[in-house]
Amino acid sequence: MTEKFETQETWPQIKTVGLAGVIVTFSGVLSEPANRAAIAFLAAVRAAEWEEVEESNSTLVSTFLKMDLSVHRPEPIIERLQNLVDSRDWLAAPLPSGRTLWRVPTLFGTDRAPQLAEAAELAGQTIEQAITDLSTTSMRVLTLGFAPGQPYLGTLPDYWNIPRQTKITPNVPAGSLVTAVRQFCLFPYATPTGWRHVGATGFLSFRPKSERPFPLSPGDEMIFDPVTKAEFLKIESSDQSGNGGAQAEMLK
Amino acid sequence: MNRTLIVRSIGPAAAIQDLGRTGFMSAGLTRGGASDPAALHEGAALLGQRLSCAVLEMAGMGGVFEATSDIRIALSGAVMDATIDGATVQWNASHLLSACSVLKIGAARRGNFGYLHVGGGFATPSYLGTQGCHMSAGLGLLIAEGDILPVGSDASTDTGFHVVPEQRLDGGKICFVRSMQSDKFEDSTMTRFTKTEFRRDPRGNRQGIRMDFDGEGFQSGGQLNIVSEVTIAGDIQITGDGTPFVLMHECQTTGGYPRIGTILPCDLNKISQAPIGSSLKFELVTLEEGAAIQARASAVLSGLTKSIKPLIRDVTTIQDLLSYQLISGAISAKNAPLDEG
Repeated sequence: MTEKFETQETWPQIKTVGLAGVIVTFSGVLSEPANRAAIAFLAAVRAAEWEEVEESNSTLVSTFLKMDLSVHRPEPIIERLQNLVDSRDWLAAPLPSGRTLWRVPTLFGTDRAPQLAEAAELAGQTIEQAITDLSTTSMRVLTLGFAPGQPYLGTLPDYWNIPRQTKITPNVPAGSLVTAVRQFCLFPYATPTGWRHVGATGFLSFRPKSERPFPLSPGDEMIFDPVTKAEFLKIESSDQSGNGGAQAEMLK
Repeated sequence: MNRTLIVRSIGPAAAIQDLGRTGFMSAGLTRGGASDPAALHEGAALLGQRLSCAVLEMAGMGGVFEATSDIRIALSGAVMDATIDGATVQWNASHLLSACSVLKIGAARRGNFGYLHVGGGFATPSYLGTQGCHMSAGLGLLIAEGDILPVGSDASTDTGFHVVPEQRLDGGKICFVRSMQSDKFEDSTMTRFTKTEFRRDPRGNRQGIRMDFDGEGFQSGGQLNIVSEVTIAGDIQITGDGTPFVLMHECQTTGGYPRIGTILPCDLNKISQAPIGSSLKFELVTLEEGAAIQARASAVLSGLTKSIKPLIRDVTTIQDLLSYQLISGAISAKNAPLDEG
């Protein structure tokens, strides 16, 4: 019966979120087109500059408009959103312009990222194959969230659809690259996690004292270039900026 | 002269607060800010100053403070015992803290979060545009013994007002509305949820507070299959074992557990202030009803400036009665209004 109900669901869906706003969701599962749609729809909503909207963001598959529903009735904005939804095929929307490609020096495995072997085994790969996959796949910033500035990055090949751990790792350090369900997260500070710790970087996605506290934006790409432990330690000892030796280039 | 407040002692987790940061949601940073925003409105009304003035939030326990110059203060939120130079002063009121006087604030007697407001607001540094401490993001500093808190300049000298706060310190009825994932829950689960008496669990922090209850959990059908989605303060999140957690002001911006509904902002203050073990019951209201309840609560807060009243002091408790000018201004024989014109 649940299945029958699920198949009746149509997308996108527009819903209210408490009294805090309205959300447009493009899919019930994470997909690249739905994520692209959410990012593109956010740009269109921001360009519309509706005065009721206090702020807005995109998540994995949705665009959220924060507005006070105790002041503004939701119906008018839902109607405008429906018109915007109907105005084009959002799943075919292009990626935003002005994106950045980040190349981040990364130490895979070793005592600094001790779950590489375990993750490789779950993906059915040798450690060498795993490093090749994890370091050559250009990973897109799907959304920022959980911790400030923290990217959810996708997506790895199918066989990297490995589950989260049943037990939580009590603490992985800032700059840790972790993986589960074909995605990466890159933690801005030390945190407990159920994802497997496969790489160490000096790249911090939240730099509260910097001119640019949040270096990443949804749609950016990241490549995690493998470095030796000696190279990694050198970057670590010489870079205090939180950039971790990363190179940024504008994508066309 | 330097306007500062010297912290002689302080409870744990006291911090400078305000109404939090907006505009960073898309970067993964929630608003944060004071646990009981209504208390900020009350303090601002008592001192007749801007709502944006930074305040000191005290979690469960106050502190001892010494003024280096005359400073107006106001006290709001959780009720704590307060004295100035040993004389009891009223909570939910504004007072003068003279230079070198000592203000002592004790443990919370009702509620959790008490607030010390100063005329001109605390003039501490801003982090990402505002002064409020966002503890889970590591923004701002906790206040420690020996800290010297700078106080902003103050144009007014008015003190001696009190305000009657909206009831919010004892738990009770909490109104919520359906939200984007409420339809993932069976009607029977929703009904059972609204009929269950919950208790404020000791497990909780600025990100979320667990609701304790007896009986079976409140899982939804597709519990494990949902995509991580926007979370907001007030969301009632149901974890894997069916336990509700109310997400608070420093919650994460996204979450993977389904939410059965969202508490009205005015009633979220009751969750913040509910003592451990206090009874909480959730009442489902329609979006229209919820909007009306919230709008009324907002109107009360914005009307506080007009509803503050002068403190009525008991003459027998005024130690320095003779220093008050009790005659001039009461009647003027020289300048009787009737003689004019």
